[in-house]
Amino acid sequence: MLELPWLSFLIGLSVVGAIVVAFLKNDKVAKQTTLGVSLLILVLTVVMAVQFSPNGDRFQFAETYDWIPSFGVHYAVAVDGIALVLILLSAILVPIVVLASWHDAEQGKRSVRTYFALLLVLEAMMIGVFAATDVFLFYVFFEAMLIPMYFMIGSYGGAQRSYAAVKFLLYSLFGGLLMLVAVIALYNVADKNSFLFPDLIGAVTDPTTQKWLFLGFFIAFAIKAPLWPVHTWLPDAAAQAPAGAAVLLVGVLDKVGTYGMLRFCLELFPDAAKWATPVVIALSVIGIVYGAIVAIGQTDIKRLVAYTSISHFGFITMGVFAMTTTATSGATLYMVNHGFSTGVLFLVAGFLIYRRGSQFIADYGGVQKVAPLLAGAFLIAGLSGLSLPGLSTFVSEFMVLLGTYQRYAVPAIIGTTGVILAAIYILWMYQRTMNGPTAESVAEMKDLNGRERWVVAPLIALIVVLGFFPKPLLDVINPAVKESLVNVKVTDPAPVVAVKEGQ
Amino acid sequence: MTTHYLVLSTLLFAIGGIGVLVRRNAIVVFMCVELMLNACNLAFVTFARQHGNIDGQVIAFFVMIVAAAEVVIGLAIIVTIFRTRRSASVDDASLLKY
Amino acid sequence: MEPVEILSHTGGGVISVAWLMIALPLIGAAILLIGGRATNKWGHFLAVLMSVAAFVVAALAFFQLIGLDPAQRRQSVHLWDFIPGVADIGLLIDPLSIAFCLLITFVGSLIHIYSIGYMSHDPDRRRFFAYLNLFVAAMLLLVLADNYVALFIGWEGVGLASYLLIGFWQYKPSAAVAAKKAFVVNRVGDFGLLVAMFIIFAQFGSLQFAEVFPAAGEASQGVSTAIGLLLLLGACGKSAQLPLQSWLLDAMEGPTPVSALIHAATMVTAGVYLVVRSGSAFFPEGSTAGLVVTIVGVATLLAGAIIGTAKDDIKKGLAGSTMSQIGYMMLAAGIGPAGYAFAIAHLISHGFFKADLFLGAGSVMHAMNDEVDMRRYGGLRKVLPITFVTFFIGYLAIIGFPLLSGYFTKDGIIESVMHHNAILGWLAVVGAGITGFYMTRMVVMTFFGPKRWDEKAHPHESPAVMTWPLIILSVFSIGLGAYLILSNRLMVFLAPAVGRPEELPHFAPFAVTGLATLALVAVGAGLAIVKYGRAEVPVVQPRGSFLTVFARRDLYGDALNEALFMRPGQWLTRFAVFFDNRGIDGVVNGLAAGVGGSSGRLRKIQTGYVRSYALSIFVGAAVLAGAWFVVGTL
Repeated sequence: MLELPWLSFLIGLSVVGAIVVAFLKNDKVAKQTTLGVSLLILVLTVVMAVQFSPNGDRFQFAETYDWIPSFGVHYAVAVDGIALVLILLSAILVPIVVLASWHDAEQGKRSVRTYFALLLVLEAMMIGVFAATDVFLFYVFFEAMLIPMYFMIGSYGGAQRSYAAVKFLLYSLFGGLLMLVAVIALYNVADKNSFLFPDLIGAVTDPTTQKWLFLGFFIAFAIKAPLWPVHTWLPDAAAQAPAGAAVLLVGVLDKVGTYGMLRFCLELFPDAAKWATPVVIALSVIGIVYGAIVAIGQTDIKRLVAYTSISHFGFITMGVFAMTTTATSGATLYMVNHGFSTGVLFLVAGFLIYRRGSQFIADYGGVQKVAPLLAGAFLIAGLSGLSLPGLSTFVSEFMVLLGTYQRYAVPAIIGTTGVILAAIYILWMYQRTMNGPTAESVAEMKDLNGRERWVVAPLIALIVVLGFFPKPLLDVINPAVKESLVNVKVTDPAPVVAVKEGQ
Repeated sequence: MTTHYLVLSTLLFAIGGIGVLVRRNAIVVFMCVELMLNACNLAFVTFARQHGNIDGQVIAFFVMIVAAAEVVIGLAIIVTIFRTRRSASVDDASLLKY
Repeated sequence: MEPVEILSHTGGGVISVAWLMIALPLIGAAILLIGGRATNKWGHFLAVLMSVAAFVVAALAFFQLIGLDPAQRRQSVHLWDFIPGVADIGLLIDPLSIAFCLLITFVGSLIHIYSIGYMSHDPDRRRFFAYLNLFVAAMLLLVLADNYVALFIGWEGVGLASYLLIGFWQYKPSAAVAAKKAFVVNRVGDFGLLVAMFIIFAQFGSLQFAEVFPAAGEASQGVSTAIGLLLLLGACGKSAQLPLQSWLLDAMEGPTPVSALIHAATMVTAGVYLVVRSGSAFFPEGSTAGLVVTIVGVATLLAGAIIGTAKDDIKKGLAGSTMSQIGYMMLAAGIGPAGYAFAIAHLISHGFFKADLFLGAGSVMHAMNDEVDMRRYGGLRKVLPITFVTFFIGYLAIIGFPLLSGYFTKDGIIESVMHHNAILGWLAVVGAGITGFYMTRMVVMTFFGPKRWDEKAHPHESPAVMTWPLIILSVFSIGLGAYLILSNRLMVFLAPAVGRPEELPHFAPFAVTGLATLALVAVGAGLAIVKYGRAEVPVVQPRGSFLTVFARRDLYGDALNEALFMRPGQWLTRFAVFFDNRGIDGVVNGLAAGVGGSSGRLRKIQTGYVRSYALSIFVGAAVLAGAWFVVGTL
């Protein structure tokens, strides 16, 4: 393996890119530079991912430098399989979002180049937050991520953008501050003079302390994820954000919540996590069903997609807290697949809305006739949203439910009803927008142009390929998940009837 | 003996304080502030004499110097306000509220 | 006799490349969908070619399989790792799957060819063929999978193809609604299948047939029954059995070849396949789950037949008939190894004669400007001679006219059920009688009697590309049943896959039940001739008696669904949206408003009067001094 500071280089590259883009004079050049930088990052990330050895050390590409030595704060980055796939997800989504938002920033309050610079800043934060192995550094990235997203929603969003941006910021800050308290308390309780994650595993033994610290972290992550009932910021933020920002918001930023639950809540506070499991599973199941039912009743396309995500995040948290290899690996894979699936759904919805200028389902009808490619892309995106087998989302949803059933049968069965509800909300939306007689207002609608095809095609290809061949990702995820679960001290339930070996 | 000086100081301070609270004319308020400062000075000097050291006297000098500086700036502000508002009433300068 | 063990395939031959069967049509679909308009000219030929090629592979695999020793006729071919530790993608080549493959690819190819003519005027013909190819690929994956997950991928794949094809004319709102309904109702069934898979995995730690089936006997009785019932729920969804039957009648919104292929010959029989495939493990003879399967089967065969009696839409009449015939198959599948061969035999022969009937109906519609109302037909046998003859053969086959396909297969089912449970057997006989009635009614109203055509109708016989598939299908409808049933050919062939009863049954023509069935069919047919042949058929649908309306409204199935699920669901949705906006978000926004409001009131303290600030300073100082004084004295 090449001993290069890969992760710092990726973060640095996007920061430098952002600064360059911010000072460019020409908007077009700014867009092209952003695209170039993000593609370069993607290539480098892929090169890095190829070098990752799934069965090697848990944390690879590690770098550790002192930052504030007197408090044991380090700049420490490294990835395990879970973080790697999420970084890969971010690196893939950013160039696609850049390409998709080519004209989205033009009606914004701030300049076009600012928007693209913010995108690159956000990319740096996203890579950093997944790569950080120092809890304090993680916290810094966790909070700093809010800032570019706040401006992207607040300056380039829809009519209600200020309301949505402030709501998003306040919700997240509230959770973040609780987490800050927990981070500091963790440092003091552990008494290791270090914020490094590996040093802190198993450092907190007192059950009561564990519970309090767990809650501090968990509430922050639950808001981020978002878990029912602290989800209401998401529909507003996602509906008001420009499509590209919505993709990164729901596709990546929210994953920090579920990732944090898996990495920090489970591994640092295993006993407290087990203590909280019944409640978390209950909230997840409520989220699955509730999100789906509310999604059915939405009249706004983007809000509908946001509510489907709330339902999907229920699946992810359920899988994380089911704590079986299958379910937790499935949940991790779900994070990635959901990024692609919601990504393409938001982007295609964005293309649709850009053409018609309305987010309301009722303003559409019969688009299939005039824009078959657009409709086809929308259908495939929707089908991946309802976890059609053969598409990547099915694999992860199936794994989550299958693994959860091993330990918590009833929640898994209730969660499975989400499968039926998903069919209703997706297909009903598709029927109302794409089928039936062509509405007059969309009669002149143009089909996907070249740029938009390049946005949609890679995502759809990924969704289909991963739907039949998820092994490359699972091979990376599985060892990491297994090691996490070892730290949590749980073992998979054995089958009731032992199958005879060797057939 | 010192009690008399302290009582006088307290009286002066009280007069100054009441003046600050009830008068509207900025100049008068300003003079009342000065009166309070001088009341303090008196108390400092009294205690210095009582304890037989010069700490209090030194502080009194500091206060006088600060008061002089304050007079310069304070009067300048009052004059500026008077110029723009044609009034030396402190109640008229109530824009900085809510 | 139990089914034989599943072996890992080692030898070469066509079985090693059986995946081509799935891959070829899939490639066809991909080329047509991605290629876009560039493939408009030759796309349908490519699709036909791919389907025929899949048939050739299936036939070669079949010959290789029957060349093997019966104990080695279940071979699984591992393709690639899918979800490590859960399931892989692999194929199971055994008599059962190969029988299905032959049916799917052969009938599928004929319907592909027929569609060239039927869809020739449709601007979206390429897309239609792409979906057909997609369907064939998914259906083959369904029957070839060697584990439940891969089966489920095919299962949902055919559901998707069905969705796309029912809604093919998506600009018709009724088609779009029907497509969505089919998918959603199927999803209810899939829920059952999914949960069944969860239980199987939790019980046996695997979803591979090769590992689950041998261990199935070790699970507790209750668990086995639960798995069986949940699998049955899945089967009910796909096969339109009660209580998930409602989508099939609406599915007739799709183009007629689709109805023939998907909603008659192949996809809707997937439920029967699932029950038979899992039969040895989860529906053993005499089990509760098996009993429920038979009850569902009988209930559906009667319900479908009754619905069929009142429909004026020729396709909906045939759809009711399909429900009913699948009911027969389910009934046979539920009684265990004694019934499997008959279920599959009926499934295969039904695949041929029902495809024949549907395509015949399509030919009639093609001739009549897409008119589906049989009250607008009449006397068509003169103008559509080939269609008439082939349709009539299909008709004779389905009512069980002696020596035609349906006679052998349906009689086999009734006979074997009669041994098992006489009540169910006699109900099946009644169903046969009703079949005689509604099919005769259909033939009489369509081909006999006076012309009741619309003025604009100028019926003409269909082109050769449409009539040849009809002719081929009708030839098979004549002889296939006898071939499969006589000397228990199919039962012996299937035995390695599904097991067989210890004693092979003897086919006894004209036994008591057989005669009773024939008599009832004759009565039904006679009634239909009297009512629709002798009497005038009104062009406008009469109001009908209570019973007619009951049947016409699909036994109030839709009304029931609407009252039980749709309306409460809509109500719940509205409530949930309201609760989310006003309840949860209300609390959040309320908190925000509370903070904002109180700070708004608090800031009024900042009056801007210097004197009041000074006063507060004094008061504060006094309080502090007082406090210090009090604390100091304590």
